[in-house]
Amino acid sequence: MKTALAILRKDLLLELRTLETLPAMALFSITTFVIFHFGLNRPTVEGQTAAGVLTVTLLFAGILGVNRLFVAEREQGGFDAFLLAPVDRSAMLLAKATALFLFLAVLEVIAVPAFGLLLLGPSLGPPLPSLIAVLALADLGIAVIGTLVSALAVQTRARDVIGPVIGLPLLIPALIATARAIGPLLGSGGPAPLPGKWLLILALYDVVFALVAYAVFDFLLED
Amino acid sequence: MVDTPAIELRGVARFFGERIALRNISVIVPAGATLAVLGRNGAGKSTLLRVLATLLRQHAGEVSLLGEPLPQRAFAVRGRLGLLAHEPLLYRDLSGRENLRYHARLHGVSAERVEDLLREVGMERRGDEPVRLLSRGMVQRVAVCRAVLHDPEILLLDEARANLDPGASELVEPLLGRASGRTRVITSHDPQAALAEADFALGLRDGRPTFSLPADQVTPEHVRELYA
Repeated sequence: MKTALAILRKDLLLELRTLETLPAMALFSITTFVIFHFGLNRPTVEGQTAAGVLTVTLLFAGILGVNRLFVAEREQGGFDAFLLAPVDRSAMLLAKATALFLFLAVLEVIAVPAFGLLLLGPSLGPPLPSLIAVLALADLGIAVIGTLVSALAVQTRARDVIGPVIGLPLLIPALIATARAIGPLLGSGGPAPLPGKWLLILALYDVVFALVAYAVFDFLLED
Repeated sequence: MVDTPAIELRGVARFFGERIALRNISVIVPAGATLAVLGRNGAGKSTLLRVLATLLRQHAGEVSLLGEPLPQRAFAVRGRLGLLAHEPLLYRDLSGRENLRYHARLHGVSAERVEDLLREVGMERRGDEPVRLLSRGMVQRVAVCRAVLHDPEILLLDEARANLDPGASELVEPLLGRASGRTRVITSHDPQAALAEADFALGLRDGRPTFSLPADQVTPEHVRELYA
C-alpha cells in the first residue's frame, strides 16, 4: 500500500505540474456536448438519449486519460526504475487505476454540470445523487480496464491506436450498463428509481475485471 | 567454504527477433570485483547490463546474481542492484529531490539519505529545480544518487561518467568507484580507462565474446581487434 501511495502521489504531482491530461479530457467532453447539440439538431435531450450522450462522451474523454496513463513511465524510464525496486508489481496497478479514477471523477465534476447547462432538458438536481453512484461504478470499471489496456498499449509503437482499439470493445458492457442505469434518471417527468439490475451488472463487471487485472498485470510489466 | 560469486553467467544468449544481441556469454565476477565490458556500439553491452539488471530475460544459459538464479529469483536480488544507464530514469517535470524521494519510498530508504547524497554530489542547492531545467551533467549527478540510493551490492554502470566534467566525476567517485566496495559491471567507450579500474574484462563483438580475461592480461592487440 505504501508503494501504491508513493506512485499515486508522484502521478498526481506530475499531472499538477504538467496539466497534460485533465484539461484535455475536460475540453474534449465540452466540445463533444457542443457537437451533439448541433449534430442532433435539438436544443435539449432527455431520457435514454441524454444518458447515451453523457456516457459516450465521458467514455471517449476517459480514453484520452487511458492513453496518457503510462506515457511518463515509458518515455522517462519510470517502468525500469519501478521494476528495479523490490516492490509488489500490483502496486503499480492499484496506483494507476486510482489515478485514472480520480481523473475521471474530476472530469465529471466539470463535464456533468456542463452537460446540464448545454444539453440536458430536465433539471440535473434531483437525479444527481443516483447519477453520482452510477458514474462512480462506471469510473471504477473504466479505471481498471483502462489501466490494463494502457499498460499493454504503451509497450507497442502504435499505443495511441491500441488503447482505444482494445479498450473500447472491453468497455462496451460497462457502457451499456451505465447508459441503461442513467436513462431512467434523466427522464422528462423527473427521475425514476435507480434500476438495480444494471447497477448490479456494472458492479459485477468491475469485480470481474479487477480480478483479471490483478491476475495478469505482473506479466504486462515483465520482459 | 567457497565464496559465492556476485555474478555468474554461463552460456547466456539473448535475441531480439532473429537478431542475436548476446550469445554464449560466460563470466564469473567475485564479490567486490569490477568487470569491464568492452565493445563497439551495438556489441551487446547495454543488453548484457539489462539482463543483469533483471529487466531482460536471457533466452538461453544461466544467470546467477548474489547466488540467486535469474529470472526465477529476480525478486530476491532487485533492491540489491543499482543501474546507471544511458537514461537517467528520472521524471523530467519533478525536481531532483522529488525524484529521489520517490525512489527512496520505493526502496524503503529514509529522506535523510536523499539529502546526504544530494550534498555529496554537490546538488543540494539545485535539488528543487525540475530535472528538465538541469544540465546533462547535473541530471547525471542526480541519476548517480538514484542508482546508489539503496546502497546496492552490485552496480551496473553503462557509461556512468558520460556528461560529467572532471570535478563532477571526482565527486561521484566515492559512490561509483572501486572504493565504494561494490561489485561493479562497467561499460565504457574508453577501453583504457575501463581496464584501469577493472579486475576482469569481457570483450564483445556482435553479441559474442571475443575475450574474457583478467583485466591486466588484456593486451593492446585484444583491444585493437575488438574495435577494428
